[in-house]
Amino acid sequence: MFRSLILRWRRSLTFRVVATTLLAATVLVGVSLGYLLVRVTNGLVDANTSKSIAEANVGLAAAQQVVLQASESGPPSPSEGLADSLMNSLVSSNATGTAYEVLLLDGSAAVDTMLPERGTNLVEVSSIPAAMRAQVRAEGREVWTYTTIEYVGQPSEPGLVVGALVPLGSDAAYEVYYLFPYGELQGTLDLVRSTAWISGVLLVGLLGLLMSLIARHVVLPVRQAARTAELLRAGHLEQRLPVRGEDDLAALALAFNEMAGSLQTQIRRLENLSRLQQRFVSDVSHELRTPLTTIRMASDVIYEQRDDIPASLRRTSELLHDQLDRFELLLSDLLEISRFDAGAAQLETESVDLRDVVGNAVVTARPLAQSRGSDIEVHAPDLPTIADCDPRRIERIVRNLLSNAIEHGQGRPIEVRVAADDAVAAISVRDYGRGLDDTDLDRVFDRFWRADPSRARTLGGTGLGLSIAMEDTRLHGGRMAVWGRPGQGALFRLTLPRVAGGPLPTTSVLPLDPTAVEV
Amino acid sequence: MKGRVLVVDDDPALSEMLGIVLQADGFEPFFVADGSRALEAFRHTRPDLVLLDVMLPGKDGIEVCRSIRAESGVPIVMLTAKTDTVDVVIGLESGADDYVVKPFKAKELIARIRTRLRRLDESKPEVLRLGDLTIDVAGHTVRRDGHVIDLTPLEFDLLVCLTRKPWQVFSREVLLQEVWGYRHPADTRLVNVHVQRLRSKIEHDPENPELVLTVRGVGYKACDDTG
Repeated sequence: MFRSLILRWRRSLTFRVVATTLLAATVLVGVSLGYLLVRVTNGLVDANTSKSIAEANVGLAAAQQVVLQASESGPPSPSEGLADSLMNSLVSSNATGTAYEVLLLDGSAAVDTMLPERGTNLVEVSSIPAAMRAQVRAEGREVWTYTTIEYVGQPSEPGLVVGALVPLGSDAAYEVYYLFPYGELQGTLDLVRSTAWISGVLLVGLLGLLMSLIARHVVLPVRQAARTAELLRAGHLEQRLPVRGEDDLAALALAFNEMAGSLQTQIRRLENLSRLQQRFVSDVSHELRTPLTTIRMASDVIYEQRDDIPASLRRTSELLHDQLDRFELLLSDLLEISRFDAGAAQLETESVDLRDVVGNAVVTARPLAQSRGSDIEVHAPDLPTIADCDPRRIERIVRNLLSNAIEHGQGRPIEVRVAADDAVAAISVRDYGRGLDDTDLDRVFDRFWRADPSRARTLGGTGLGLSIAMEDTRLHGGRMAVWGRPGQGALFRLTLPRVAGGPLPTTSVLPLDPTAVEV
Repeated sequence: MKGRVLVVDDDPALSEMLGIVLQADGFEPFFVADGSRALEAFRHTRPDLVLLDVMLPGKDGIEVCRSIRAESGVPIVMLTAKTDTVDVVIGLESGADDYVVKPFKAKELIARIRTRLRRLDESKPEVLRLGDLTIDVAGHTVRRDGHVIDLTPLEFDLLVCLTRKPWQVFSREVLLQEVWGYRHPADTRLVNVHVQRLRSKIEHDPENPELVLTVRGVGYKACDDTG
C-alpha cells in the first residue's frame, strides 16, 4: 500500500500535484479554521463565564443578607431552617433566568459542628474538585473554575462552578457553589465546529478536484508527447502530436513535431545512404568478380601449361597467378570491411563447439606455419566448449590472428588457447616474435597498418586481417584485447559472451598481461 | 566425353572461359545466356550437370534453379558473386546442390563438377533398409510400400551415406567430405539445407524426423533401431 503510493508519487505528475495541493490546503484550512474556532470558543466561553460569575455574585450577596438577618439575634444556630432559607435565597435570586444548580455544603473548620447540607436537582458533591473546596475554605473569597457537573442517575455535562464561603459565626461556615451547566453553549459550539469542519473538508476536496482537473489538462498533452516519442523511438517516424490553440502546450507540440520531422529527414537520409552504400558494395562485388573469375581461370590455364611455354613467359605466368591470389584476397577483405561500414554484416548464430572452430582454423593455417618453421600448439579443455556464435566469423578471426602470428612469429612456436566459464568463452593466440611496443598496441587494429613500414608483407596479407577480426568481434558483442612487448612477442585474446546477445564481457577466462589495452 | 554441362551465364567472356576449361577436362559444354531461355535449353540439351549464374537477365538464377529442379534431379552448381549469407541460403533452398563463389579457381570448379557427377560404387547390387524405406543402391531408387520416392542424386547419396552406418553420428564436416567431396572445411549450411530437403521427402512428419535424426551439437545420424 505504502509502496504503491510511493510508486504513484514517483510515476504520476497528476498524483503529485493533487497530493501536494491537498496537503497544503489541508494544513492551510486546518490552521485557519482552528484559529477561528479557538477565537469563537474563547469569546463565547468568556462571555458566558462573566455572566455566570455575575449571577453567582447576586446569589451570594443574597445569602450574605440571609445570614446577616439571622445574626441580628446573636450568632445563627446551624439549624435546618437556616439551611432552607439560605438555599431559598440562593436559588430565587436568579436575576437573568440562567439555568444553574446550587450546592450548599458544610464548610466549618471545627470538626464537631454539623451543618445541614442542601443541593438542587441531585447534583453530586463530587462535581466540585477537591482542590477548589480546599481553596474556598482557606481563602473564603469567591473562586471559580471549569468542571464536570455530575448528577445522580443522569449523564454529566461540562460546566462552570463558582464557589464562596459564607461564614455563620465563630467556627461554622457554609460553602456555597453555583454550578452553571454549559449544555446550551456546548451545543452552539458543536454546531459552529461541525459547520466549520464540514466546510473545510469540502473546500479541500473541491481544491483537490480542481487541481486534478488542471493537472490533467496539462499532463495529458505531456503524456501524449511521451507516447509519441516512444513510438518515434520504435521506428514509427511518421508519428506527430496534434496542435490545438496557441498556448504553451501548442508550442510544445509544434516544437516536438519539428524535432520529429527533422529526425525523420535525417534518418531517412542516413538509411538511404546506407542502402546506396550496401547496394554499391554488392554491385561492385558482382561487377568486379565476374571479370576477375575469367582472368583467374585464364591465368590458371596458362599456369597449368607453364612448362610448355618459353622461360620468360613462364615467370610472367607465375607472377600473374600469385598476384591474382593477392588481388582476390584484397578485394574480398575490402568488400568485407565496407559491409561492416555499411552495417550490412549479419551474424548467423549457431551453438558450436569452439574447439572445432579453432581446430578448423588451425588446420587451415598449419601448412603456412610449418613453411615458416612455426609449430602451432592448441591448449583446449577436454570438454566441449559450446558457445552461441557465427562459426564462420569466429574461424575467420582465429585464422586472421594465426596469420598475424605466423607473419610476425619469426618461426617460433605459436600457442592457441581456448577456455570458458559459465558466462564467457575466450580464445587467445600467442606468438614469441618481434612483439609490439606501446605505440603499436594503439594502432595494431588500424586498417592497412604495418608494425614496420620498411618491411613488406611477406605472407601477402592484405593489412585488413586484424581490422576485420576486430569488426567480427564487435559484431558478436565480444572484446578483443592485445598484449605485446618488444622482443617478447604478442598475445591477442578474444572474449565472447557464451549466450548470443549476452552482456559485453568485462572479464575473461584467459590471462592477458597486465599491460593489456582493452578495446 | 565425361559429361554434358549446361552453362547458364550472361557474361560472354566468362562463358567462353568456362567452355575452354570444361573442354580441356573432357566435358561437353552447352551455353545459354538468358535466364528465360534456360529451361528450354535444359530440355533440349539434357545435360548431366548445370552450372548456373545467380544474376541473370530475363529470369534470375534462383527461379531458373527452381524450374529445373521442378522437373529434374540433375546436379546444379551455382556460380555466385554474393557471399551474403541470405543469398547463399536462398540459392541452396531453391534446389542447388552446391555453389562456388566467384572468383573461383578452374581446378576448384572442376573438382566440384566431378564430385557431383561421380556416382557411388555401384558394382555390386546392394539393398539398404531405413525404417519403412527400401534403398536400392545400384538402381538409385528409394521405395516406401512399393512406391518410388523421387530423390535427387545428391539427396540419394546423402541418404545412402547415413544409412550405411546407422551407428555413426556424422558431423557436418564429415558429410561435406563424404557427400560433397570437400577436402577443406566448407560451408556447413550446405548440409543443413539438404538434410531439410531430404527430410521433406522421406519423413512422415518433417518437423519430427524419425529417419534422419539431428544429434545436437554434433551432426546427423540415421535411425538404426529398425535396421
